[in-house]
Amino acid sequence: MAMRIRMVRGAGRARMHIPDGFLSRDVCLATGAASLAVCALASWRARATLGERQVPLLGMTGAFVFAAQMLNFPVAGGTSGHFLGAALCAALLGPLSACLVLALVLGIQCLLFADGGLTALGANVFNMGVVAGVGGWGILRVLTAVLPARRGVFLGAAFVAAWSSVVAGSAACAVEIALSGTIELRLVLPAMLGVHALIGVGEALITVAVLGTVLGVRPDLVGAWRGPAAAEAA
Amino acid sequence: MKNLRTWAFCLIGLGVAVALAVFASPFASQDPDGLEKVAEDQGFQESGEVEPAWDRAPAPDYQFPRVTDRRRSTALAGLAGTLLVFGAGVGLAWVLRRRKSPASP
Repeated sequence: MAMRIRMVRGAGRARMHIPDGFLSRDVCLATGAASLAVCALASWRARATLGERQVPLLGMTGAFVFAAQMLNFPVAGGTSGHFLGAALCAALLGPLSACLVLALVLGIQCLLFADGGLTALGANVFNMGVVAGVGGWGILRVLTAVLPARRGVFLGAAFVAAWSSVVAGSAACAVEIALSGTIELRLVLPAMLGVHALIGVGEALITVAVLGTVLGVRPDLVGAWRGPAAAEAA
Repeated sequence: MKNLRTWAFCLIGLGVAVALAVFASPFASQDPDGLEKVAEDQGFQESGEVEPAWDRAPAPDYQFPRVTDRRRSTALAGLAGTLLVFGAGVGLAWVLRRRKSPASP
């Protein structure tokens, strides 16, 4: 089965976001409208919140997310996973700008690299930008509010937020596929959660590694960090 | 430029991203990813084998059709995509950014 699909697609890597055909028209329209609304809100809010420093930061974050999403790592049983980047974007830039970054990356992946269907673009942005990005940011925000503002604690919270963001995004994807009548929820939801619980560990490790590096050099660029910007003085 | 240090930092970050896309992505796992594996296991992969709504992608599946070597093609797609996302991200943020002095008559 896997071989056949690989051959249908040619020699290319067979990885994907949601393709055309998995989702019904109604689900595409609903998720597309929701994603469009959040991106419009994000664009409007950026005029109040997006500073000069965030201009190169947003570009760099997007570039890193795009590159890292190409790096599929093996998880288990002939399955691979790849970095998603929503929690990382949210920790650096805030939840709304994270949605913009994911929308940008997913749009370019769809239009230039046929990764993810055009009709499912709204759903992909919804799952990875809105659910994973805003959701991951919410978890990080709650954890950092109740825990002490220390570097190690912050990175631990980012680990939890990153893992949760992938699992939540995969749950949203499963619900959309089930709502579309493609397959029953009781089948697709546990399967999606199971494999993404593993992928989420990779996500969390990469997120912590990158955030730890940025915190060490430029803590002022980590928007969610509430601790001392010690390296700035040095 | 006032934000020279930030630009320098972000350009270094871009360099890391480009290096990953060019040198690591050709060696990434070729196994199906989470969603694709579930679709295969549960037999709804066929639902996705429809005419794509957009078929003008210059490098489908991160492969430029004219570059036949798979790894070289992937590296090239990674390079092009990473630089394009950076440029588009900077452009978008530049357009949307906070203005110091709001337009006043």
